Amino acid sequence: MSAIPSKVRRPGAMLTVFLKEVRENLRDRRTLTSAFLTGPLLGPLIFVMLVSMQVNRELNKADQPLHVPVVGAQYAPNLVDALKEGGIVPDAPVADPGKAVHQQDADVVLRIAADYGKAWRKGEPVQVELFYDSSRRDTGGAVERVSRLVETYARQQGAMRLVARGLSPGTAWPVQVARRDQATPQSRAVLMFAMLPYFFVITLFMGGMYLAIDLTAGERERQSLEPLFANPVARWKILVGKLAAICAFSLASLAITLLAFAVVGRFIPAEKLGMELDLGWHFAGTVLLLMLPLVLLLAALQTLVAAFAKSYREAQTYLSLLLMVPLIPSALLAFLPIKAQAWMYAVPLLGQNLGIMQQLRGDGVSGEQLLLCLAGTLAAALVAMGITAQLYRSEKLAISG
Amino acid sequence: MIEVRDLHKAFGAVKAVDGVGFTARDGEITGLLGPNGAGKTTTLRMLYTLMEPDSGQVLVDGIDAAVDPLAVRRTLGVLPDARGLYKRLTARENIEYFARLQGIDGATLRTRHEALVDALEMRDILDRRTEGFSQGQRVKTAIARALIHDPRNVILDEPTNGLDVMATRGLRRFMQQLKDEGRCVLFSSHIMQEVAALCDRIVVIARGRVVADETPDALRAQTGETNLEDAFVKIIGSEEGLAA
Repeated sequence: MSAIPSKVRRPGAMLTVFLKEVRENLRDRRTLTSAFLTGPLLGPLIFVMLVSMQVNRELNKADQPLHVPVVGAQYAPNLVDALKEGGIVPDAPVADPGKAVHQQDADVVLRIAADYGKAWRKGEPVQVELFYDSSRRDTGGAVERVSRLVETYARQQGAMRLVARGLSPGTAWPVQVARRDQATPQSRAVLMFAMLPYFFVITLFMGGMYLAIDLTAGERERQSLEPLFANPVARWKILVGKLAAICAFSLASLAITLLAFAVVGRFIPAEKLGMELDLGWHFAGTVLLLMLPLVLLLAALQTLVAAFAKSYREAQTYLSLLLMVPLIPSALLAFLPIKAQAWMYAVPLLGQNLGIMQQLRGDGVSGEQLLLCLAGTLAAALVAMGITAQLYRSEKLAISG
Repeated sequence: MIEVRDLHKAFGAVKAVDGVGFTARDGEITGLLGPNGAGKTTTLRMLYTLMEPDSGQVLVDGIDAAVDPLAVRRTLGVLPDARGLYKRLTARENIEYFARLQGIDGATLRTRHEALVDALEMRDILDRRTEGFSQGQRVKTAIARALIHDPRNVILDEPTNGLDVMATRGLRRFMQQLKDEGRCVLFSSHIMQEVAALCDRIVVIARGRVVADETPDALRAQTGETNLEDAFVKIIGSEEGLAA
């Protein structure tokens, strides 16, 4: 029986906890699958599939002949010929154009009135009707194509009439709009990839989630927290070791995802849509840097929630709810076009979101924005860690059942 | 040596411990005997600083638990009521984890490890993962990891709970050995025979208070009962919660 072990405590307590948690969880198949396989790889996979589908659909629509039911084609053979030249195939008329569109039997229906010929010959304005449903987003391209063809035809005919009367066609159109699209190939991509930051946050979250639950709620449920706390190690040191293990797993998860995106990014046929997508090393590095303090924040929050829960299952339920939170900034930015203000970069999640989008857009993240983003999130992470440490000190934490 | 002075602990309106005081000496086995819910576990939890007493004092080898809880934990080996192991680690890894947290490794760890493994007769299970261990194997592992740092004071909360006869006998031999090595052994139990067979001193707790603190012989003499079980019933004043 030796005397009390050396008074100077080795610096290894935190490291010991960290190493043990990592080793133990590397032996858990469920954690491994979630952190290194399904979590980080499912995202890129789904993403590539969605984008490829979208790209192919867009491309098909632009090139392929468009079938449009035309009611009363016989009244306006010249108009129909002009449409045919524009790649539109007039289909047999439908009885009720409104219903056909509503029931999604047709994307768009053209109706030509019976008095078209008579009015045309008199030189009066005639009307053709376009039936479509603007709430069906995917038909927008078809509607646009038909209506542009009809308008072009009308403009040509109008010009010819003016010329026949000895007038310049310009008299009828005193103002003309010249469009100058400032979108770059990269910024066009941004619209499509607005959900990308969310994928990254989810990956981080999933990578650490099982550990966060296991290391607090799980350990208490298995009744090993009380013996652990009987060791001569301050509880905050145990907490730091555990947080480090959670961070290690979620960082590994994120790294795998970034790697996967860098690889599959090459296979996304973005350039076919006039977009440019750079998911390479520079992008990966920036994302990793922006995410670093978020890793800590999420680990602390997850542990906090898991410490509140009475059981493993309860912790799981709470954490699934917490998973909804990172959706907010992504959804906000996707549906409400907000102009980024400097302070927004300091808001955790929002800052990362803006930064990643900025990087995708090809503008790069400025030093000030980077600093704000890192400092803001780190501050939040420290607060979350402080609260968690406080909770770790409570008597009830260790006691199960 | 563990000295406990007038401990109080309440959870809301429930006074779990209401003035407990006793002394557990080196080279003796002290039994904390009481019916279920008497306040044994709460008392022990305050000894190993998991809980803070509302009032009263705990001294372990002269160190005040309220002043330096880490130093107290270093001199204690604790088998708590909760004795969960890490089931994805082997018994050896479980023990080594606690050894590192206690700050020992290298040669000290190896010597101590060997001695414990022999004393607890657990060599055959050392390199198995603890998932699927029997109750007895689990308790052995939990005790080994609790005593790996060679503590002078040993606290065992109902150590024989759930063990079969053979495992219980083995554990009793082990506790005798700890005593013979000059350690202070404090254990709680609600089982009469166990306490009678092992203890140099019996502290009887009922409803959060110490109702007797004697040697087994003195306890029999004090109550006038030759049978210790009858003495026990007489002391706590009812048969409530008494298990044989």
